[in-house]
Amino acid sequence: MKEERLTVSKIRSGTVIDHIPAGKALHVLRILGITGSEGYRTAVLMNVESRKLGRKDIVKIEHKKLGEDETNLLALIAPTATINIVEGYEIVEKRRVRIPERIRRLLTCPNPTCITRSSREDVVTSFKLVSRDPVILQCEYCGTMVRGEELENLLTK
Amino acid sequence: MGLKGRDVVSILDLTRGELEALFETADKFDRRGRARYRLLEDKVLALAFFEPSTRTRLSFETAMKRLGGETIGFAGAEATSVAKGESLTDTIRMLDSYADAIVLRHRYEGAAKLAAEVAENPVINGGDGRQHHPTQSMIDLYTIRRLFGTIDGLNIALAGDLRYARTAASLALALTLFRPRHLYLVSPPQLTMRPEVLRVLDEAGVRYSVHGSLDDVVEELDVIYVTRIQKERFPDPMEYEKVRGSYRITLDLLKKGRKGLKVLHPLPKVDEIELAVDHSEYAAYFQQAAWGVPVRMALLTHIFGVEV
Repeated sequence: MKEERLTVSKIRSGTVIDHIPAGKALHVLRILGITGSEGYRTAVLMNVESRKLGRKDIVKIEHKKLGEDETNLLALIAPTATINIVEGYEIVEKRRVRIPERIRRLLTCPNPTCITRSSREDVVTSFKLVSRDPVILQCEYCGTMVRGEELENLLTK
Repeated sequence: MGLKGRDVVSILDLTRGELEALFETADKFDRRGRARYRLLEDKVLALAFFEPSTRTRLSFETAMKRLGGETIGFAGAEATSVAKGESLTDTIRMLDSYADAIVLRHRYEGAAKLAAEVAENPVINGGDGRQHHPTQSMIDLYTIRRLFGTIDGLNIALAGDLRYARTAASLALALTLFRPRHLYLVSPPQLTMRPEVLRVLDEAGVRYSVHGSLDDVVEELDVIYVTRIQKERFPDPMEYEKVRGSYRITLDLLKKGRKGLKVLHPLPKVDEIELAVDHSEYAAYFQQAAWGVPVRMALLTHIFGVEV
């Protein structure tokens, strides 16, 4: 039987995010703040074959070169992701994601009596990285510590 | 160096040196008894107590009055525009424009940090939820130093509700700035010290151990710091009745301890200390509460940068 392939053409320039854990591509877009209305030609591939991961997701964004500060946030949910910056159909930069020392706005504190949870206050959440392995973050307002595996549930809606 | 113009959100905002300088100023005020000063006569201190408080609020008020300054403020949010739905940040902005410093108590953890970000003038945390109570810790440390001449080298137990009592968490953090010989964390399993506090102890290399009962450790202690176990922390009232006996401080228990053993308590106490202890040589908590005034006077003069 002939193997069926899902082909998506190469992009001329922009960013390819490869090796995203299967099923997390939409989370990746959310963290990057890409809603579709920005107008970038974007390919989202989900649950495709991967030698390394078995299954993986891929996101290709044309004409947008993502900076390290932006892509490092992906480490919260896709620590295996690799970032390829493309120019003239060539990969000109390849990098891994690394969880940043401080994460603002993206996460909601799980402590219901943290001041950042008060609906009256206009306050941006801020977590600092206290351990990289295992990943542990700490709310800078109430001191609550959260572990890597909890982060996905804490992404700000 | 110096505390002038600084916020005090956590006890760890101060160094050991800054605390020792503060204690020396407190000694001066304490030696001079009930003298009135004109050191802060051009200053107004705002007392923003969104949560009930007796000692913290009244001792700040007394401290400010002894120093010749004025206070404004409120106790309980009911009678203020907060009850109408005003945000903490708006309330703080207003107080910041009226007063030269703000003391804040709030039931949400992180409220003082947020207030400090909003206010241009110094913000002193008078207790935020279960997290910090730095000025109480200053008084606790000062009391230990006055009673023993040192904080280093002592065996100190924190007993009771170590999970939700901000005084216990705050004192544990404070002790990382010193070198206690050993810290005994004594609580029911539901009310053990929170991981973020233990992490600071670990990083500072403070030697500590966790216990379920004071009986096991009383013979080794110099100081027992007691916090109240609140009934409402237990979903099952039977469970509360079961554990409360293990943390009750009785004369019989204290008699098993070393000579010179002292009991501290941030107060208010309800029934966690047997009344007979109040009149014994073990009780240091009323003296501790009294030292709240000179310690807070010292803090205010340091924050306003006034020579004493």
